[in-house]
Amino acid sequence: MTEFIQHIINGLSLGSIYALIALGYTMVFGILQLINFAHGDVFMLGAFVGMYASRWLHLADNPSLTSLGICLSISMVTCALVGFAIERFAYRPLRKSPRINVLITAVGVSLFLEFAGQIVFGSDPKVYPEIYHPSGDWSFYGVRLNPLHGVVFLISILLMTILQYIIFRTRLGRGMRAVSFNHDLASLMGIPTDRVISYTFMLGSALAGAAGVLVGLIYPKIEPLMGVMPGLKAFVSAVFGGIGNITGAVVGALTLGLSEEFLVAYWAPSFRDALAFSLLILVLLFKPTGLFGTRRSEKV
Amino acid sequence: MKLNRSLFLAAAFAILISGCTKKGDQEAQQAGPTGDEILVGEVLSLTGSEATFGTSTSQGSKLATEEINAAGGVKGKKIRVITLDNQGKPEEAATAVTKLITQNKVQAIFGEVASSRSLAMAPIAQNYKVPMVSPSSTNPKVTEQGDYIFRVCFIDPFQGQVMAKFALDNLKIKKVAVLRDVKNDYSVGLADFFIETFKKGGGTIVLDQSYSAGDIDFKAQLTAIKGKKPEAIFLPGYYTDVGLIARQAKEIGITVPFMGGDGWDSPKLTEVGGSALDGSYFSNHYSTEDKSPRVQDFIRKFKAKYNIVPDGLAAMGYDGANVYYDALKRAATLSTKDVRDALAVTKDFPGVTGMITMDKNRNPVKPAVVLKIVDKEFKYQTTVNP
Repeated sequence: MTEFIQHIINGLSLGSIYALIALGYTMVFGILQLINFAHGDVFMLGAFVGMYASRWLHLADNPSLTSLGICLSISMVTCALVGFAIERFAYRPLRKSPRINVLITAVGVSLFLEFAGQIVFGSDPKVYPEIYHPSGDWSFYGVRLNPLHGVVFLISILLMTILQYIIFRTRLGRGMRAVSFNHDLASLMGIPTDRVISYTFMLGSALAGAAGVLVGLIYPKIEPLMGVMPGLKAFVSAVFGGIGNITGAVVGALTLGLSEEFLVAYWAPSFRDALAFSLLILVLLFKPTGLFGTRRSEKV
Repeated sequence: MKLNRSLFLAAAFAILISGCTKKGDQEAQQAGPTGDEILVGEVLSLTGSEATFGTSTSQGSKLATEEINAAGGVKGKKIRVITLDNQGKPEEAATAVTKLITQNKVQAIFGEVASSRSLAMAPIAQNYKVPMVSPSSTNPKVTEQGDYIFRVCFIDPFQGQVMAKFALDNLKIKKVAVLRDVKNDYSVGLADFFIETFKKGGGTIVLDQSYSAGDIDFKAQLTAIKGKKPEAIFLPGYYTDVGLIARQAKEIGITVPFMGGDGWDSPKLTEVGGSALDGSYFSNHYSTEDKSPRVQDFIRKFKAKYNIVPDGLAAMGYDGANVYYDALKRAATLSTKDVRDALAVTKDFPGVTGMITMDKNRNPVKPAVVLKIVDKEFKYQTTVNP
């Protein structure tokens, strides 16, 4: 029984990481109907930026929540800038082109980031410095939870709550929702659509950057191709929950994290990655709009 | 339209033809080196997840090559080694070996460390009848690819026995869980051989779990293993994954020691694994604490050149290169066939990692050492003879 609870906790902490990345996918799709394939690599950049910042500022010498906070902030800001740059220079010029052009560009940016990363950072795995190391652990009823995973989960929830606040309680958020509803109409209403789109990219990328740092904390081995799998799985979670829907992305990601954990624990560890893709196929076959997604109808 | 199509067909045809190597070229290569240099090709993983395997081995073989050349080369010719990086991928290893043989016309191939990559390279070397000497691939299938494929290390049937017997006799352990890497020929083979000997000695395998190289989350498998309460966990994987696994095991409260094979041998092992690996054991090819003059001499020369202490991979790289150079000296002529025959009868070659005598399967029979990790350092425990 305790094993079961441990699996649930593991699954949730894994899922919360996927959720942070999935939110970026779902927001960008909601606004631009674009699947930003480069998002997984922004996550990878976040991890590396965090690592170099920690090394440069010697954050590992005083492991504490403040060090983690500093690392997170630096990483999030840098990734937000990267997200802004990607949108501005790779996607915006193609705003008027057919959807497929932007899609292929997105793949191109993704490949560019991965292999530039291999050249700049070196393709061998690096060890993430220990910038936060909570002592002791939380045990109840024989279930031993590493406080690190608990803290990661809480930080993810905190970031998602902040995002929720931004989207539903601020003007910017209202602008984002308006643009995702109808781009042209929103611009007619006086909403600065280009700026809103940039902000969306920056928000999503900042979350991915945070996810990168958190992943570096719990799985200290990072390398330039680390964004491929989590990026794809986060995309699957977003589709599963209904792409374009924030709650859907989070629910989808947590579900995927839990199912992955249970599949590996009780059935076949080698099929861990296959699960995500089988899920994608099933969702698209039976409920293409996802759990919470709404059908977008073209009103003539 | 018609003109375009014929142009296209002509271009395709030309490319196809240029891809075929003439039979005459192949025979010329086998006749031996032309000119006053002997070209050797080296294919290693200088980058990628097992980068230290490649860089260490390359350093070892380079030291050997420099020594030979300083002494005047072999039969009046100097040796030049062309090293290519396979990035840790078997497909790249195959491409690299083909390029070295067909374009650079090398006389021999050094490589690889990882059995999966050696298995990708061996059929190509065998096909072109170029001798291949693997420094550290321990899976028995490697030398079964053909009679031009050699190795200078022990093989996994023996290595599996070493750790199994160590667990039963020295650690007095009866219940072990196994966590193997399914994507890795070495890991799967070593796990099977360990299990065979361990069960025969009266031990039980409480759980046999797997992961894929490159996975970062092992908590599901480890939680299942923890539930079965083993006395030790056998991890026959490569150092990057092993470090991460050990760390996560400690995080979920596993306190029993780990055991592994020579895939653990890397300075990066404890960098990733930290103190989670203290008190664990692994089998290896040599120990830096070996007092014999040959070993200490090698360590001294290596440190003088590179400023670091050589690991097992470097020692094997050194021995592999030297065994080949010794065969070159003994061979009747420098044709690849004669060199191959000389390699096959290598007897009592004094290597840093032990005496090397090729058996009829082109594998040497050598002892293994068991090392214990104490305070992130590798400490010698015992030697096991075959």
